[in-house]
Amino acid sequence: MVQMVQLTDKQQERYSRHILLQEVGAEGQEKLLNAKVLVVGTGGLGSPNSLYLTAAGVGTVGIVDADVVDVSNLQRQIAHSTNDLDRAKVESAAEKMRALNPDVEVRPYRLYLDASNIDEIIREYDFVIDGSDNFATKFLVNDACVLAGIPFSHGGILRFNGQTMTVLPGQTACYRCSFREPPPNPVGCSRAGILGAVAGMLGTIQAAEALKFITGAGTLLTDALLTFDAATMNFRRVPLKRRSDCPVCGENPTISSLEEHHG
Amino acid sequence: MEIRLNGESRFIDQVTKMSVAGLLEMEQVASPEMVAVQLNGEIVDRGTYHNTMIVDRNEVDFLYFMAGG
Repeated sequence: MVQMVQLTDKQQERYSRHILLQEVGAEGQEKLLNAKVLVVGTGGLGSPNSLYLTAAGVGTVGIVDADVVDVSNLQRQIAHSTNDLDRAKVESAAEKMRALNPDVEVRPYRLYLDASNIDEIIREYDFVIDGSDNFATKFLVNDACVLAGIPFSHGGILRFNGQTMTVLPGQTACYRCSFREPPPNPVGCSRAGILGAVAGMLGTIQAAEALKFITGAGTLLTDALLTFDAATMNFRRVPLKRRSDCPVCGENPTISSLEEHHG
Repeated sequence: MEIRLNGESRFIDQVTKMSVAGLLEMEQVASPEMVAVQLNGEIVDRGTYHNTMIVDRNEVDFLYFMAGG
């Protein structure tokens, strides 16, 4: 048998609760330490995602956000503290991540993702997590990941509600298969509100999906949209299908260049 | 007719069919543009809401757009 696992004694201890899991084990932990995950947005969803991925020992975690920490973020964006106000979110979060786990290489990107830069960045990673706060970026992440063939987790939250799906490009339904185009005049959390803990509920589901994808544990949330309403605590898994006429992952895609569609 | 709406049984009195547009109105969906409608597992094209009919035992899901993160 090939012995690929070379965890140090300290790592055996740090990750002992992962190693105990039959579905993860020392080999799964080694995979995590060799993996690269990009988290788009360092806000409500990005905070729990980046902290849990870092704690789990994902070898490289990239975080993307152009914003600075605002006092209204602190009700839910748990990577940031009161003394981080006006700091770049990626710098604030990177500091917490590095303190949490020195095994992890944290790569902060202080920028807005757009059609000109996203492809080059995501190709560095094995898995992408969308924790952005607007439809333009959510559709951009979907299209860029589908075109580059990089698996990702879509996530969205609003008020008491959350939704997420995992996409394996070319194999399972993508965000556009169901949602097609960004809606006109969308309502975001800054206008509609968001219960703080809902961001944690949804973000940790996405982080779990990333860990499952890397280790191969369990079955992924593909061809389904998981939605929940924290007001009633009803969770529902809606089956989704890939659409042959999907504009980006269908048989005759109309979106073949990010620059053209998102430029 | 009886349909399943968002996973729950819903009895709609005195009709045997209803358009997707009619159901959105009956359910008082305030912003239909923030919903993708799935009928028996297939997404309904937005331009066909008035012509697409829901009948007895159909399954309808409203998938809400959520921008927040």
